[in-house]
Amino acid sequence: MTRLTWFYRLASPPTSYATAGRLLPWFAVPAFLLLAVGLYGGLVLAPKDYQQGDAFRIIYVHAPSAWLSLLGYSVLGVSAGIGLIWRMKLAHALAAAVAPIGASFTFLCLVTGALWGRPMWGAYWAWDARLTSELILLFMYLGYLALRSSYDDLQRADRASAVLALVGLVNVPIIHFSVNWWNSLHQGSTVLRAGGPAMPAAMLIPLLESFAGFTLLFAAIACIRLQAEILNRERRPTWWMDSAIKGVPHD
Amino acid sequence: MTEFFHMGGYAAFVWSAYGLLVVVVVWNVFSARALYRAAQAAARRRLAENVL
Amino acid sequence: MSTAVTSLPAVMALVFARECRLAFRRWSQLAQPVVFFLMVTTLFPLALSPEPALLRSIGPGVVWVAAVLASLLALESLFKTDWDDGTLEQWALSDQPLAMLLLAKVAAHWCLSGVPLALCAPVVGYALGLPMSALGTLMGALALGSAVLSLLGAVGAALTLGSRRGSVLLALMVLPLAMPVLIFGARATDLAMNGDAPDAGLWLLAAGLIAAISLVPLALGAAVRVSFE
Repeated sequence: MTRLTWFYRLASPPTSYATAGRLLPWFAVPAFLLLAVGLYGGLVLAPKDYQQGDAFRIIYVHAPSAWLSLLGYSVLGVSAGIGLIWRMKLAHALAAAVAPIGASFTFLCLVTGALWGRPMWGAYWAWDARLTSELILLFMYLGYLALRSSYDDLQRADRASAVLALVGLVNVPIIHFSVNWWNSLHQGSTVLRAGGPAMPAAMLIPLLESFAGFTLLFAAIACIRLQAEILNRERRPTWWMDSAIKGVPHD
Repeated sequence: MTEFFHMGGYAAFVWSAYGLLVVVVVWNVFSARALYRAAQAAARRRLAENVL
Repeated sequence: MSTAVTSLPAVMALVFARECRLAFRRWSQLAQPVVFFLMVTTLFPLALSPEPALLRSIGPGVVWVAAVLASLLALESLFKTDWDDGTLEQWALSDQPLAMLLLAKVAAHWCLSGVPLALCAPVVGYALGLPMSALGTLMGALALGSAVLSLLGAVGAALTLGSRRGSVLLALMVLPLAMPVLIFGARATDLAMNGDAPDAGLWLLAAGLIAAISLVPLALGAAVRVSFE
């Protein structure tokens, strides 16, 4: 048990609050640098795609936001599970923090997918397997947020929504499989398949930078939200007052 | 330069996709900070009530 | 020290029998989902057109969407009375595992709402012009699918127990999770209608049911316990 003391210390509200605050600049600054470099690379440096022309540049927004939508739900489900099993407040706070971020990027992924689909398919929306799975994922986020907001008491909201998030997490691969199966019987179009290994470096490097930038941005925003959620779960955060008086800047 | 903004005829799609990215990022940053401010204010209020 | 004189299967049978007895005392509530199912499926020919070819092509989808909505409607009040009068709390305090008692309750609910839906489905399917050969598949798929829907929906219903209940909340939570059931079930019916083998869809539904039976009771137990806090 003693070996886990560092973990318990990290999970205590004052430490986790301070850690999130300390990590924030280390995520936020590289996030914005990488985003700037990656998106500049995507818009300017990367050559036109020989088939899709300049429209393929949407990939630098679309693909990383698709990644964040899945990352968000995974973090949500896993931390909900940890919170439920070990009754850990920090895990519930993290789940509450990442849900709106994940939902917003799922939305972004859907809209950029539609904007990409219009020039490629001739229609903003096609019942493509990826887009449909993404839409169902957005619905799952919305269901989670709806359940959370229907509770006044934060503790109950945490535990009830954690059950839903866990059931959802188990369901994600099933939904993905079922939608693929449904789509394969209907000959869906798959223009949105990202380049694969054949992608030239001038296209690939901005994409990787963009992926890293999105992920760090997600972490940075999660840090801010996590601090708020931790504070909201404290009835008497005297430690927070102490640190504020000591002059440690918190905003 | 105009060619760059023209995006090979796909300007409306490419630029609105990137514009939406900016909107989503800005929303995320501002809503997170608003939540943080609200949490601080609420914590301050709770502490003031309990100090007595 | 455990003083349980009754074995778990016996207690589950008792719960099951109790649910059935309670349900039969309220005939109207029992019939409501079925009537709703019949009504919704009537809306489609009226809204679209009475043309047989069109109705046949949308038939499986119509039956499945109506069945999903009907079973959601039936679930809304699944735990409500037992939660209000403290029955669920007694179950949680008893020697028996809460999850298994809840599973028995959901099983009874499925027999009383899912099975009638499945039994009505051939009539509706026939009215929508599905060929006779597809009606058996429709019924079987609906029986399997409604069991999964009952289990998933029960988790949703348990989660809304302690909340400010909105009537749409349950649908918002459960519908995304229920989409694979809809896909497998409607596709199996569709394949059978076109003279193809519907096995894949039926097996997938059965696999889903096994997964749901093994995992959902845990989630149900957790959800009900949350509502006591």
